[in-house]
Amino acid sequence: MYNSIADILEQSDKKAFWETVMEADMESRDVSRDESRQQMKQMLAAMKAADRSYEGSRKSSSGLSGGDGKLLEEYNRAGKNLCGDFLGKVMERAVKMGESNACMKRIVAAPTAGSCGVIPAVLLSYEEYGKIPEDELINALYVAAGIGKVIGENASIAGASGGCQAEIGTASAMAAGALAYLQGGDNETIANAMALALKNMLGLACDPVGGLVEVPCVKRNSHGAVNAVASAQMALAGVRSAISPDDVIDSMRRIGNEMPASLKETGKGGLATSESARRICGGMSRSV
Amino acid sequence: MAPEDFRSGAAGLFAFYSKGVLADMELFDIIGPVMVGPSSSHTAGAVRIGYAAGRLLGEKVKDARILLYGSFLDTGKGHGTDRALVAGLLGMKPDDYKIADSLEIAERESIHIEFGESKLPEGHPNTAELILTGESGTTLDVVGESVGGGKINIAKIDGIDTNFSGECPTLIVHNLDQPGHVSEVTSMLAHKSVNIASMQLYRSHRGGRAVMVVECDQEIPQDGIEWLTHVEGVLKVTYFEGA
Repeated sequence: MYNSIADILEQSDKKAFWETVMEADMESRDVSRDESRQQMKQMLAAMKAADRSYEGSRKSSSGLSGGDGKLLEEYNRAGKNLCGDFLGKVMERAVKMGESNACMKRIVAAPTAGSCGVIPAVLLSYEEYGKIPEDELINALYVAAGIGKVIGENASIAGASGGCQAEIGTASAMAAGALAYLQGGDNETIANAMALALKNMLGLACDPVGGLVEVPCVKRNSHGAVNAVASAQMALAGVRSAISPDDVIDSMRRIGNEMPASLKETGKGGLATSESARRICGGMSRSV
Repeated sequence: MAPEDFRSGAAGLFAFYSKGVLADMELFDIIGPVMVGPSSSHTAGAVRIGYAAGRLLGEKVKDARILLYGSFLDTGKGHGTDRALVAGLLGMKPDDYKIADSLEIAERESIHIEFGESKLPEGHPNTAELILTGESGTTLDVVGESVGGGKINIAKIDGIDTNFSGECPTLIVHNLDQPGHVSEVTSMLAHKSVNIASMQLYRSHRGGRAVMVVECDQEIPQDGIEWLTHVEGVLKVTYFEGA
């Protein structure tokens, strides 16, 4: 059992980060290795199904989301990709998944529905370009889940209590650690990738227009995913976070507590109260 | 302490001890659940409220009046809360891809659905009241709250306060407020080897109507529930196997 990233590193002295996380899951739920891995495999399968189910012509019921993933796909296909094939695909997948969520399609909350695009965008694109076996992807999901669990237990994964840093920020930190693992990083590198990613997300407000999981959430999935790739690359190159991973998480908790309620999923501050948002909301109807 | 050495140090120890009790999360609450979007509270939680209400009614819904309150009322349309509540009433779980089509499915099945604004004086921001009539004429009034992350609380049944999550098998017994009914229920559960996880008692007033909410570790066999409905002084028994 672990309560911090430092705990995971200590317990992973002679084994992989993912093994420590998987074994703790087996112990806490009293399940076998096969049962635990089978369940993670189902999550991966559901992520892949959600990735495939994107419909570029579909709009959300508010009319605010839909079609941007298709634009990114077309731009990638046009051969003018500014970011390289891998990163271009990561951005496309993240926006597509965010749009699918807004359009009431089936997704995997990771860690939340609003941030569901970040982790699959990074992992499935890595699978496509890295040609790795599925078992490795499942291991990477354990790395991500272990990081998310520590953040959830020591800070927050809910926008309503911690702002967007708790949602896209956590997803980005989880994806960064998972990607560092896939690219051959050791446990220390995984922890640093996670810390670098989360540090860059600290203070991010949750200020969705009309209180809906759409603006800015959908596009922010892409930014969170790109941040994860950048952080993993830095950590893999040997860049180390001056602030320890657990201290970054604790900072996130304190920042979340100090954030005003208007910036925590109430739709009463930030982008949500901008002139543009007022115009958008004027055209939307209530439930009744 | 070198910057990269974060396994020890006073700061880490202080952080550990100052946090108090840690919220315990399951790994598959972090990667998962598989659900239909866009929001765990406004969509997945709403499906679970509808599902619990439908199961508590115990028969096919014929007529539903759904009153929305707070954020459910203000942002429910964009979050598909209306469709999610109806999907749950139809027996769908939060990962059912047909949730988005629930209103059309209800119409095809000739289930009358009507939405309104709740007149609750106060409540949890994500609250829905479902006033249901079943095929055989049974009625049920359920107030459900979506409390975050897809978790719910059933706050009222037929106007009497209750508080349960619907995550484990739950027995709700309406009875006259007179001696002996608690022991009848607990004896039946003991006889069926069902362990009680929590038990709550409520009443309208002394000698009036009372409600017992019993959350259990095991499912309750149908014959035990059937037996309870015939006990004198018991007015109504509803059971929800949990989800």
